[in-house]
Amino acid sequence: MARFTPDNVELALEIIDRYPVRKSALIPLLHLAQEQDGYVAEDAMAHIAELVGVTPAEVLGTASFYEMFKLHPVGRYVINICTNISCQLLGGEDLLHHAEQTLGVKAGSTTPDGLFTIEDVECIAACTEAPCLQVNYRYRHRITAEEFDQLIEDLRAGRLTDEVPAHGVLARVRQRLVPTSRAGAVAPDDGREPVWMAPPTVPEPAPEAPSGPSAGSV
Amino acid sequence: MADQVPQIITGRFGYEDSHTLARYEATGGYQALRTALAMRPEQVVEEVKTASLLGRGGAGFPAGVKWGFCPQAVWPRYLVVNGDESEPGTYKDRLLLEKDPHQLIEGVLLTSYAVGCGQAFLYVRGEMALAQERLAQALNDAYAAGYIGRNILGSDFSVDVVLHWGAGAYIVGEETALIESLEGNRGMPRLKPPFFPAAKGLYLQPTIVNNVETLSNIPWIVANGGAAFAELGAEASRGTRMFAVSGHVRNPGVFEVEFGVTTFRDVIYGEQYAGGIREGHTLKAFIPGGASAPWFFDEHLDLPLEKGAVDRAGSMLGSGAIVVMDDSTDAVKACHRVVRFFARESCGKCTPCREGTTWLEKILKRILDGYGRPSDLALLLDVADNISPGFAWPPKQTTICPLGPSAVSPIMTAVERFRVEFEDHIRRGMQAQAAQAPQQPVAVRSAEVRDAAHG
Repeated sequence: MARFTPDNVELALEIIDRYPVRKSALIPLLHLAQEQDGYVAEDAMAHIAELVGVTPAEVLGTASFYEMFKLHPVGRYVINICTNISCQLLGGEDLLHHAEQTLGVKAGSTTPDGLFTIEDVECIAACTEAPCLQVNYRYRHRITAEEFDQLIEDLRAGRLTDEVPAHGVLARVRQRLVPTSRAGAVAPDDGREPVWMAPPTVPEPAPEAPSGPSAGSV
Repeated sequence: MADQVPQIITGRFGYEDSHTLARYEATGGYQALRTALAMRPEQVVEEVKTASLLGRGGAGFPAGVKWGFCPQAVWPRYLVVNGDESEPGTYKDRLLLEKDPHQLIEGVLLTSYAVGCGQAFLYVRGEMALAQERLAQALNDAYAAGYIGRNILGSDFSVDVVLHWGAGAYIVGEETALIESLEGNRGMPRLKPPFFPAAKGLYLQPTIVNNVETLSNIPWIVANGGAAFAELGAEASRGTRMFAVSGHVRNPGVFEVEFGVTTFRDVIYGEQYAGGIREGHTLKAFIPGGASAPWFFDEHLDLPLEKGAVDRAGSMLGSGAIVVMDDSTDAVKACHRVVRFFARESCGKCTPCREGTTWLEKILKRILDGYGRPSDLALLLDVADNISPGFAWPPKQTTICPLGPSAVSPIMTAVERFRVEFEDHIRRGMQAQAAQAPQQPVAVRSAEVRDAAHG
């Protein structure tokens, strides 16, 4: 597993086509690789390098900068527990410790059955709903220890598969650009002024003393 | 006062289907686009300048003025929407993305039309799965309805709006780092000058980078006129603004309030807002504008939410994030958590930030864990001074971007105000160690310190 499937190659090419410069598609394609395999595999990075036209090292360089790209397999469910200031004030750290106790692994690791990975994360923009967490980037607000246990039970029993897809599947709705309606990517060396920015065309004043037949005359 | 203030950007939040095209169109959506297409692009820019719309992302720069910085006759120009909301305490852009994506899209179209952007990119924080789905759907629907794409609504205005997923990096909220990331690179800020985005941005072309909340205001401004927007608010701060009030309050929430006149006391204590400090406690401190902002205290409560007033008082409104701490809060612990954030998120490009934030975090951690030394407070301030010399406000910086100095903000204010608490942690730690007889060998102790610092 790891290089893109034929379907995903097609999608990858469509994504690349949206951007004026191919390399801009690098992060979207890393997401696609993660969606396919659950993490970003080495072969996938090599394939992305080919598609985008950079070296595999450049792909790794970018991938390794971003928190969301997992370069090793993780659990089917990645549980991000926020411990930043707003959540800390209302028990985020206690929630994290409870999660570690319940699942028997420390933050940053995966349960032996490969089901859960716990992460101690920075602010996830739900500060008024503290303490909060995300399961595969789906939010749970103002969560108690009991609710956490229930969540784990539901996930184990497969009761939330509709709501929470496997790790790697970020958004289940994708932007689709249709060739007939899209304006097209604008290359940085295009150089042309957009047509709607051109000064308004004032009607040509009538020539004062016509010296000959005007080309535009009707 | 609060009752008459229009809800400029949160007006649709009450509808269950606020994110759909049908609801948006039924509530006046895309009318501003029609209005603008009958105007010259310069006239749209003028309306936004008249509105005095300050950027809502953190730096608070006037949007209309920023648009004017693009050099003449250099094409193409790009528009990049900064939807990488991740400043601790900040929760408003995600709501705008999830609940009213079309409002943002219309703002993007109006801005592209006004500035002459050939292509627009919506850079949205990767961790926001629902927002990504809602935006993708909204974009697909808007394309199908002819609002985006080639010859929009039959005019000669054509632009593509491309949804781009972020991948988890706070620093990418800094505009030049955002551009690096959009180019497929590690999100490290560029030096300004020469890389001011309006002059040399995406692919080194003129680029406007605006925040989600900023752009969400544009449809209302075009529909109602810049003057109507500027009638609200005071001084430099016009219109309305969203504030998230979190922490130890009775009713944490996100509120759209009149900018410039509403006070911190109003939003923290007002019954229609956060409702005051939780039962049995009193206010200890609050962060007025996200983790990067120096802390405020009781004496700042009556300051208006006005950029100039808050700047002069030594802090900032930043990203509209008010975090309230009551008297049960351990100032050292809170300070450490904020500093740990910056240490984790430093991109590593500039030495004072990469090394400095890491050391600040380690020193605070050992104080918290009972291994602090009497010299640690002076050391903390010395390291902080190397990142942001002189503790000035606005901060001086020895780094390319403000992330490093942001780690200094909480230290500067917490150590000054709660010095006794820091000293107390250090003293109790030393007493606990002295009580351990016989004294542990030094080598073992330093190993413990190391382990503690690395979690």
